[in-house]
Amino acid sequence: MTVRSAVAIASLTLAVAASAACVSFYDIAIETPIQAKLDTTPFQRVLVLGFVSGGSRDVDVNSETVRLLRSQLRTKSNLKVIDSDVVSLIDVVDKLKANVGTSAAAAAAPDTRIDAKADSKKDDLKSEKDLEAYDSIFADVAFWKKLGEEYQNPLIVTGTVYFTDINKSGIVERPQEVYDALGKRTVVSVRQWMDRKGYAIAPKFVFIDGRTGTQLYTDSYREETLYQATQNTPALSSYFELMDRLVPGFLNTLSSQKIKSTRTLLK
Amino acid sequence: MRARTLPLVLLALLVAVPLYADRRSDAKEHVEFGISIANKGLWSEATSHWEKAVEIDPTYAAAWNNLGIAYEQQGKFEEANKSYNKAIQLDPNNQLIRQNYDLFREIYDRTKRRRDR
Repeated sequence: MTVRSAVAIASLTLAVAASAACVSFYDIAIETPIQAKLDTTPFQRVLVLGFVSGGSRDVDVNSETVRLLRSQLRTKSNLKVIDSDVVSLIDVVDKLKANVGTSAAAAAAPDTRIDAKADSKKDDLKSEKDLEAYDSIFADVAFWKKLGEEYQNPLIVTGTVYFTDINKSGIVERPQEVYDALGKRTVVSVRQWMDRKGYAIAPKFVFIDGRTGTQLYTDSYREETLYQATQNTPALSSYFELMDRLVPGFLNTLSSQKIKSTRTLLK
Repeated sequence: MRARTLPLVLLALLVAVPLYADRRSDAKEHVEFGISIANKGLWSEATSHWEKAVEIDPTYAAAWNNLGIAYEQQGKFEEANKSYNKAIQLDPNNQLIRQNYDLFREIYDRTKRRRDR
């Protein structure tokens, strides 16, 4: 080893040691606990019944939402998930309306097991406003109480889900690589017109006490995802992408969650 | 008059500067020990050390920052908010404190909205 290389190694070692001694911050992983929004201790079972759904015809939003939430609750909550047929709440409401004058709840409850795929009104639902017309079902205490008795007083999860395709063309900023005369690379922000399309989802989850038929809690969400117009993304995959963002919030209604992130400790 | 006060001021400085340095050095020991045990997951012990650090030296921004993180990790959002705010107030140009605070606010605001509903 020459004197030169020995000096180089020694100075490198010193530099590393000095920089290690001078480190004044440390990244640390933390898990922030978020308390559950609802006290579910009075319930042993949960029934995800069905949703008033509308918007895109490419996805059976009611069935997919019920399936997804049931599977999430099975693995990430302490409640026993009741397996039942998916109910089309739109048909239930229409039946209730048709039976006005008779005992509405009594008339509708036995017929709640309607195949969600036979959701005849779905094609008529165009906007979120249309879904609001069905909100009255969530306040129908007699209907939910009767259903609760049928399933041994579970916590009932229902609500509305609006899923639709969107077009949002406009000016967007995007990073672009540029090279100068010497070949040096820099990244600049470029504004350009882009045709973009995607999907939006707006679910409202309603939690009902199966013992009394009363609403315990409601929570609304809204998410959207956009792609370049040339990109062909299936509606179902966008639906799952959007639901992935919402599911932690939904689960946090029923059980405490921990949000993993990183913070910087300082000396 | 000036000739008489100048020695007094110098004397006060001579006493105060080492006192401040001592306080900061004591507080720094607690902060460093807190960091080492937080890295092992002993958050409540780390919290005690950082609480001690800010008690010894209430102007120590890093100690307030660490305390904010510890409270956040334990779900004590109000205390975390106060600690981060104190850290920012003491060292407003520190981007690392600001970044911690911004990340915390995302969670804090969400839980606050939920409670207010």
